[in-house]
Amino acid sequence: MQIRMTLNREPLEVEVMPRVTLADCLRHQLGKTGTHLACEHGVCGACTVIVNGQAVRSCLMLAVQANGAEVVTVEGLTPDDEEFGPLQQAFRKHNALQCGFCTSGMLTTAHALLTAEPDADHERIRSVIAGNICRCTGYLSIVDAIHEAGESYRANKERA
Amino acid sequence: MATAKKGNRLIGAPVERVEDLRFLRGKGNYVDDQSLPNQVYAAILRSSVPHGRIRGIDKSEALKMPGVHAVITAADIGGEVPVIPIRLQPLPEVFPLRQPVIAVDRVRYVGEPVAVVIADTPGLAEDALEFVEVDIEPLPVVASRKTSATDASLLFPEYKTNLAKKFTGLKGDAAAAFEGAHYIKKQRLSVQRHMALPMEPRGLLADWRKDIKRLTVYGAGKVLFFNRRAVAQMLGLEENSVELVENDIGGGFGARGEFYPEDFLIPFSSYSLGRPVKWNEDRRENLSAMNHAREMEAEYEIACDADGTIRGIRGHVDVDNGAYIRSNGLTPPRNVAQFTTGPYRIPNIHIDVSVRLTNKTPCGTYRAPGRFEGSFFIERMIEIAARDLGLDPVEMRRKNLVTVDEMPYPMATMQHIDPYTDTECDSGNFHITFDRCLKEFGWDEKVKLQGRNIDGRYHGVAAGCFIEGGAAGPRESARLKLESDGTISVFVGSSAVGQGLETVMGQIAADMLAVPFERVRVFHGSTSYVREGFGSYHSRSTVMGGSAILLASAPFKEKLCKAAARRLNVSEQEITLIDERAVAPNGASIEWKALASDDISAEESFTNTKHTYAYGAHCCHVAVDPGTGHVEVLDYVTVEDVGKIINPLTLHGQVIGAIVQGLGSTFMEHLIYNEDGQLLTGSLADYVVPLADDYPVIRGITLDDYPSPNNPLGAKGAGEGGIIAVGGVASNAVANALSSLQVEIEELPLTPPAVWASIEKQRLVEGTKN
Repeated sequence: MQIRMTLNREPLEVEVMPRVTLADCLRHQLGKTGTHLACEHGVCGACTVIVNGQAVRSCLMLAVQANGAEVVTVEGLTPDDEEFGPLQQAFRKHNALQCGFCTSGMLTTAHALLTAEPDADHERIRSVIAGNICRCTGYLSIVDAIHEAGESYRANKERA
Repeated sequence: MATAKKGNRLIGAPVERVEDLRFLRGKGNYVDDQSLPNQVYAAILRSSVPHGRIRGIDKSEALKMPGVHAVITAADIGGEVPVIPIRLQPLPEVFPLRQPVIAVDRVRYVGEPVAVVIADTPGLAEDALEFVEVDIEPLPVVASRKTSATDASLLFPEYKTNLAKKFTGLKGDAAAAFEGAHYIKKQRLSVQRHMALPMEPRGLLADWRKDIKRLTVYGAGKVLFFNRRAVAQMLGLEENSVELVENDIGGGFGARGEFYPEDFLIPFSSYSLGRPVKWNEDRRENLSAMNHAREMEAEYEIACDADGTIRGIRGHVDVDNGAYIRSNGLTPPRNVAQFTTGPYRIPNIHIDVSVRLTNKTPCGTYRAPGRFEGSFFIERMIEIAARDLGLDPVEMRRKNLVTVDEMPYPMATMQHIDPYTDTECDSGNFHITFDRCLKEFGWDEKVKLQGRNIDGRYHGVAAGCFIEGGAAGPRESARLKLESDGTISVFVGSSAVGQGLETVMGQIAADMLAVPFERVRVFHGSTSYVREGFGSYHSRSTVMGGSAILLASAPFKEKLCKAAARRLNVSEQEITLIDERAVAPNGASIEWKALASDDISAEESFTNTKHTYAYGAHCCHVAVDPGTGHVEVLDYVTVEDVGKIINPLTLHGQVIGAIVQGLGSTFMEHLIYNEDGQLLTGSLADYVVPLADDYPVIRGITLDDYPSPNNPLGAKGAGEGGIIAVGGVASNAVANALSSLQVEIEELPLTPPAVWASIEKQRLVEGTKN
């Protein structure tokens, strides 16, 4: 089936088999390998991407369901030629990643959260990212990093 | 000549990681991110029967499916089916218990590979699995240590017993120490089967190029050189025609150190088909195919004087090893025999360990193998003894901690194993870290809450100490090379598993050469980079690889001086190296970059047979809800001395991450089998790990007051210390919280249902008494 979507602000068309998940389509057909698969049953959150502003698990969504949607992956958060955004800067500063495998899902989840709720406090951040498993960090640095990045999202929102 | 102190600007600094630059953009290169033209995909048919005889495999239907290229079974391997080599403790007496890389005539656990299907897409390969007919005659299942010990059903009839191996840890004369002791207590304690569970499942991409006779395998992890030798031997290839390449790896924690069946099956498939073959496991496979860990039961006795001085410890540990002895399977049982006593002065030790075979996934290493278990056993024993003797458990530990004057302090000696296993704590002051931990925790205040019921929840605190072994030998290599653009390439035989290796190695190299961090590039993870390498395990990368870099920096600088001296017409002794220039006494100078054409490179190995022992203490405060059995960790503090801190930022991350993994081990994680040998926890919905809202209050403090005398950096292996004492300390806190209810904690994990049930059981007992 032919589908259309906007991926990281670029419109595109792609031919997909009906049973292909959005995650596999992104990774293997569209080359966006920053989206990672760690459980393929919606528990771990590593494959989280942003579809029409919402954080969704791309392993639980079929590619055909993304027809007409705006999709943002981790690659779309900070294009190659741009400096790190506030989330990436804070993640690096706080050592909020080790092996990097859950990181894409943490960033997309956090971006969706802070875009909607830049004032999210530690407790709110913890409860939202409790849907993403990280095996390396113990989460404290991730929560601190997201909280710190919130300041930039607040400033952006006020400007808008 | 280079020393660790000279130019010391980056070692010890919280340098932000170079790895983050690619990971934060989604530009990591994990094995499933990589593809090759013309590749086909493998899927593995795994046994659903825990124990049985294979009567036949019919692959005709699967082979008829469009897009299916091959179905490979043991019969297709040709000749003898290879067995998985044992890397750590390769004791010949257990060789008959090694796992064939694919089941031959018998299956021994659910998840054991039986056939490999190769097809055009992963989906087609998985579809075809259902059309491979495997006829298995079931055999009686051995699903527990108890059944295993009866030998009624044997996993290896020719071995005549399910008891794979016995280890003994000895010191002094335990029998004499128990004779007439004031206090003797016998206690049963057990740790449940769980696993490392790295976030990235395993994967491989193998590419056999017949025209140039070269096999390249991507996705190798951790022990490249050993695994290269193994796969080359199995395929009958020269070692130097095989290259193993490490991609970015989504976590290791001890579970990537095996030679797994797929490490042969995927290269073999590529070799047979003459095409690149890619394989990625899904999480369900991962939970039954990656090594399990930690399933042990101890029955220990402790003997003490009335003042709490420990006279001896003796007893027996039963290990449920699973179906085969694999690459690292003997490490946890040998460690529990030698390291149960940890940092405590226990002069008389006799610990027997039995490694038993069962029809379950083979066990291997998980962060702090045998040490987490041993720490749980000894910390519970001491806590129980202190309670029975009416002593303060903190004072009892202080009294029995090895003192700084007793360093180096020898551990128990091992029997029934090669003689090179004697080891001793190298340096340190255990009392300093213990006192500091108690202070940071606020022990004096918090202990007032001990056992109290506040607003319906029982509060408990506990403290304990640990040692962490690291820096396994024998060697590690590093090569430094000056590139034509003036940057310095550092090639190491250590491996990255997500611990920030590139950053830490770069810091050491840049300091040794007194160049900016950005001028150094670290290469690791290929068998082509250095002549040999031993990889990352036993908290060894920083100590061994870092020391090799330090050693290689001296000849590297000599070569720079020699080349510069020729150009500047002075003697090499007159050259000073400063700011990436070689300077002559008259002020004439030349950029290093201009010397690159002289082939400025040096390779050195660091050889070391002595281990390092980092050490420290943990404190924990819990509140237990007797109505639900839920335990909230209100505070958790660790203090550890690691000899020399290279990067406090990455080290702190390792410590906190390890503590939280340990809390998962203590309160949640459990691989459950039923009596029929079926794994009931086959997804992440069933196998529960810590999430962001479970343990929000954790503090880790790291010191480097007592450098190791056993390597030029003074560093000690770190990264496991955060997990070691968690089981013992957290479970003691729970036991102390519930002391008024006479609840005894004997088993991990302390899940809410388990804690609730033990409270209810005690209530019933009390009820019948009244």
